[in-house]
Amino acid sequence: MTDDPRLLRYEVEELFFAYVECLDEGEIERWPDFFTEDCLYKIISRENFERGLPLAAMLCEGRGGLMDRVVSVTTTSVYHDRALRHLLSNIRVKGVANGVIDVQANYAVLETLTNEFTTVFNAGKYLDKLVRQGDGLKFKEKLCVFDSVMVPTSLIFPI
Amino acid sequence: MNEPLPYKWPEEGNSRIPYWVYSDPRVYEREQERVFGGASYSFVALEADIPNPGDFKRTRIGDRPVVVVRDTDGGVNVLVNRCAHRGARYCYREHGNAKEFTCPYHQWTYDLTGALTGVPFRHGVKKQGGMPDDFKLEDHHLEALKCALRGGVIFASFDHSMPAFEDYLGPKMLGYFDRVFDGRELGILGYSRQRMRANWKLMFENLKDPYHASLLHVFLVSFGLFRADNPSQVQMDEKTGMHSVQVSRRGEQKASEGTREMRQFDQELRLHNPEMLQPVPEFPGDATVVMQTIWPNLIVQQQSNTLAMRQIQTLDAETFELHWTFFGYADDDDAMTMRRLRQANLMGPAGFVSVDDSEVMEAAQFGLGKYPDSEAVVEMGGRGVEDQDHMVTEVSIRAFYDHYRNVMGF
Ligand code: FES
Ligand SMILES: [Fe+2]
Repeated sequence: MTDDPRLLRYEVEELFFAYVECLDEGEIERWPDFFTEDCLYKIISRENFERGLPLAAMLCEGRGGLMDRVVSVTTTSVYHDRALRHLLSNIRVKGVANGVIDVQANYAVLETLTNEFTTVFNAGKYLDKLVRQGDGLKFKEKLCVFDSVMVPTSLIFPI
Repeated sequence: MNEPLPYKWPEEGNSRIPYWVYSDPRVYEREQERVFGGASYSFVALEADIPNPGDFKRTRIGDRPVVVVRDTDGGVNVLVNRCAHRGARYCYREHGNAKEFTCPYHQWTYDLTGALTGVPFRHGVKKQGGMPDDFKLEDHHLEALKCALRGGVIFASFDHSMPAFEDYLGPKMLGYFDRVFDGRELGILGYSRQRMRANWKLMFENLKDPYHASLLHVFLVSFGLFRADNPSQVQMDEKTGMHSVQVSRRGEQKASEGTREMRQFDQELRLHNPEMLQPVPEFPGDATVVMQTIWPNLIVQQQSNTLAMRQIQTLDAETFELHWTFFGYADDDDAMTMRRLRQANLMGPAGFVSVDDSEVMEAAQFGLGKYPDSEAVVEMGGRGVEDQDHMVTEVSIRAFYDHYRNVMGF
């Protein structure tokens, strides 16, 4: 683990930027590669999160859970075409303990449906736990807490 | 609101649905008055949403805002969220706990039954102004709705002459309702909400249409969760056809005579995390899916171990919201809670199954919305409205519209 906070910050940012690039460029098959084998991934509304209610809109346990989502997006689900784009800001390393790096960041996902204007589809914060694996960082836990409880139509792709 | 509409229902009757019912704002206004505001019990909350005295929750019946509140004596009141003074929405938090409600505008104050208890400057200031001498607090209570409670579920009606909820549902539908709401205390797992660019009736039709499930939903079909070759029933209430259930028993992931025409069937499809589809039986009988639609705004979902109330709220003729409350029982062990949360991946705004429905309902609205003079053909399983012992049918859609036409005068 690097002791230089600037270096760590650089590494964390690189991971986040590569992560959203993967999603925005439609390379969802690579999405599970950003996680550890025993990861936990959740998209949960701020309402449920703050009230301590466990229900997530999307819950993936381990990389297998992520891969099931990939299968659903690429083969089983039926949905309209769309382009998605993530905007990231305020990526902050909140703490490092026992090899786990706590990171918080803001995100907004812009959605563009065919022949429609671009809208803000979903916005919120990531509350993540990162660990070093091999020569890079991976998400051990990724929690997407979204602000509006109201989802426009459906939430198909991971955030 | 009784101006005649320039429409006539197709001569074929319930086997046709004219597309003007999905887009005309005048039809929508009449629905607010007669369907949601009329002789019906709308679902408003679970008792577990407001367990303690003073707990409240906002919701809407159709598009009309109401507040559901637990009284100091433990009873439940449903009040319109409209101040008796000049109409402001006095309850401006989605949920919470209150000793009383104070309208922010001129601070009229109401107790939890909706009784007006205080009016600032009622007797004027320095002998000036104030309310007339004959002004009485008791003439200006909040409008309260008729409430019905059963098995931990709260329903409300604007019509105070409604029969008991049990009579409204009828014995057959009540049996299915009591199957899930069997008196055990419920535990809330969480909420989800979606706004859909579609008419609210398309949501009901979706749940009254087992025909589509075998074709649209790769997940249900491939894993045999709900499929045309599974033993199934579609049943309506005894009197009107306004409520219905789809009942089915899970089959296997194998090809059969029925899967030949299911282009989506994939025998090779495998989950990396198969635990999601390993339910544990928890209800009497061998049904593994019971989807009940209760007029005018509720779907009770029991698919395997995932239980949810899906409440329809309307915004306008071409927009509705689906408010999901996922729940279990207070005595669930951790393994059961985890199972319910895992299986919740099938449903909700990101559901492996329900995403297809949300998208396809909008596709329906986009297709039919601008063709009010055309009509839907609803002849699968015949043209009648009787119970059927299979799911290759649209019978409960026909039954629904049979009642709808009575209520709406079409
Ligand atoms: S509108 Fe509520 S007090 Fe005046
Ligand atoms: Fe469906």
